[in-house]
Amino acid sequence: MKVLRTPNMERCIGCYSCSLACARNVYKSLSWKRAGIQIRSSGGISTGFEARICLACDPAACAEACPTEALRQRPGGGVFFKEKRCINCAECSRACPVGAIYFDPVKETPVLCLHCGRCVSYCPHECLEMVDTAKENK
Amino acid sequence: MTSKFKVMVVDLGNNKSSLKYFDTRREWIGGSGLAAGLFSHFGLPGEDAFHPDQPLILAIGPLTGYFPLMSKTILGFMSPYNNQYAESHGGGRSALALKFAGYDALIVRGKAEKPTCIGLGSREVHIQDVHFLKGMDIFKTGKKMRNLKPTNPGHRSILRIGPAGENLVRYACVNVDTYRHFGRMGSGAVMGAKNLKGIILSGDSHVDLDPDISKEYNKVYKDIYTTVVQSGAMRKYHDLGTPENILPLNELQALPWRNMQSTYDENAGGVSGEKFGQDQLLRQVACAGCPVGCIHIGLLRERFGEEHEYLYRQVSYDYEPIFGMGTMLGVDTAPGVLTLLEDVEKTGLDAISAGVALAWATEALQKNVITREHTLTDLEFGNIQAYREALNHLTRQSNEFYRALAQGTLEAAKKYGGEDFACVLGQEMAGYATGENYFVSQALGFRHSHLDTGAYGLDQEQDSRDIDKAIKYMQDQEDYRVLMCSMAGCLFARKAYPKENILRALNSLGYDYTLEELDACVEKIKHHRWALKFRTGFKPEDVKIPSRFKEITTWKGKTDPEYMDRLKSKYQEVLREMASTHEKRQGENQ
Repeated sequence: MKVLRTPNMERCIGCYSCSLACARNVYKSLSWKRAGIQIRSSGGISTGFEARICLACDPAACAEACPTEALRQRPGGGVFFKEKRCINCAECSRACPVGAIYFDPVKETPVLCLHCGRCVSYCPHECLEMVDTAKENK
Repeated sequence: MTSKFKVMVVDLGNNKSSLKYFDTRREWIGGSGLAAGLFSHFGLPGEDAFHPDQPLILAIGPLTGYFPLMSKTILGFMSPYNNQYAESHGGGRSALALKFAGYDALIVRGKAEKPTCIGLGSREVHIQDVHFLKGMDIFKTGKKMRNLKPTNPGHRSILRIGPAGENLVRYACVNVDTYRHFGRMGSGAVMGAKNLKGIILSGDSHVDLDPDISKEYNKVYKDIYTTVVQSGAMRKYHDLGTPENILPLNELQALPWRNMQSTYDENAGGVSGEKFGQDQLLRQVACAGCPVGCIHIGLLRERFGEEHEYLYRQVSYDYEPIFGMGTMLGVDTAPGVLTLLEDVEKTGLDAISAGVALAWATEALQKNVITREHTLTDLEFGNIQAYREALNHLTRQSNEFYRALAQGTLEAAKKYGGEDFACVLGQEMAGYATGENYFVSQALGFRHSHLDTGAYGLDQEQDSRDIDKAIKYMQDQEDYRVLMCSMAGCLFARKAYPKENILRALNSLGYDYTLEELDACVEKIKHHRWALKFRTGFKPEDVKIPSRFKEITTWKGKTDPEYMDRLKSKYQEVLREMASTHEKRQGENQ
């Protein structure tokens, strides 16, 4: 399966088009926070930008931490999320080693990258890419 | 369409904040219209710009965050430069941060006892004592403010002033997120007068998209986004950026050099967009919500030790700052311009006004109108070190001369002489020596900005010395620009947002204007803005166009002073008529 990678973040101009696309198309929101890909400057704009996304762990610490299997391992890396199984405990968010799960304080559910790739076409500088993990390390 | 404007009012006088709601969304629309409406409500038209209770208004629009390039925040305030109602527009992350904090506008009133920073999020308001930031430059202040509340790295906007704002230089700017500004008309001094060192806007919240509108909204979004990134309509803004205008305007003999003693210089290639692009450009960055990325950052490498010891600075550049700190001062190398821009950024001056002011001072010194005792340094066109010192003196207002210059170039000229060559059109000129239409437009324009009507474009047309044509051009342009600025959109996006697209975008979000209704609202906003400007003391008849503008030569030949005077007289009438239309309507409604 393909996963979202960010191979060219050096090119990022900080427009947030990817974040806004994820919020709009996946999380049906207008938001910087309700987005599976979050763009941050690391110490001000002069230092460039980083993308905070799910790194497609396998095994995924968040899925292991989830007590109700709302998050389950996705073949090839990352997780599937079933909202109706979620008991809003936020264990996943705490377990993620790279801080890539935003726990929405209003809906009390995790916001994370589902590796759907809907953000990719909105990046004006090809910072983002969908990659087949099976081929990635060959 | 029925939701009310949600406005946070922070009073630094009593350290309390209050939420206000205004049921005027349809009439005020947002951005410029909202700022004008709020100024009518909160402003003190008869009082000085530094009166503690004058409001500082930050307003966004109905499309902010929803659509690409809807990335501006409109700042409405009483300008200390002329004591009239003014607007200044800034980008960075400010617009989206305010939107995602959940407000249509933020108003600051009152004066704090000590240097203060406001922190605003969806569930928090902090009025923070920052006395330790007093006198600190823009960059250091920005870094320290990152440790203040609200903490929301990457999703905040950090607005701040430097020493120029604190010292009430009448053309101090407000810096936004390091590389953008509320540049003109002195909003930085208004913050300074309020003891307001900075504002942090935290975009920590969200808007749920209405499923009923999602389909159409997503379609319109995609259409506009595609136009922006694929049509090439905005490529120039990303490629070389606005400095691509340096060479063409120089060739047209329309680029002011050395206090506009000349409109052409054979060394323009040293500060051209191409030169900057090739030698200095480090990278481009964008305002939040804009895929264009027009902000050009130049790399300035500086040796500081005898051995191979270097430091580097990242300095943003654009056409106007290159004009202000470059051509106007006779500085014709890209590193030289960046050196001065770095200084002007640090101190928080408007690069345009500061450049024009020092250009005037240089000529005044050349002509013995003033002496070195006034300037404290050997001002000379092209002398970068002298200008670095002068910028410092201007910021500190080191003596009586610099105190006068900090009030504005014309104020100093009135006191010391040299009004004829003060390049002031309502405020210090922007970099367009294109001809009579532009000069009248900036002199009388609502913001005294090149962006009011874009009349430099008309000057470049054949047969442009035509009163009726010029008035119509300026009116049509202003109509569109008031519309765009009421969306709080970036004016670089004009090609992606013809009026029909703006209407489509509004309709897709459920704002059910017809084209005629939208036109009528914009017309009223335009009149309202002019009424506020007149109400706060604008007298177009008193605005003088100095002789320098009547003496220059462009590719069209000598300026035609008689045409310029006739155009100015006519335009004054038009502006008065617009303001009185609003006042009459107000009278009828009461």
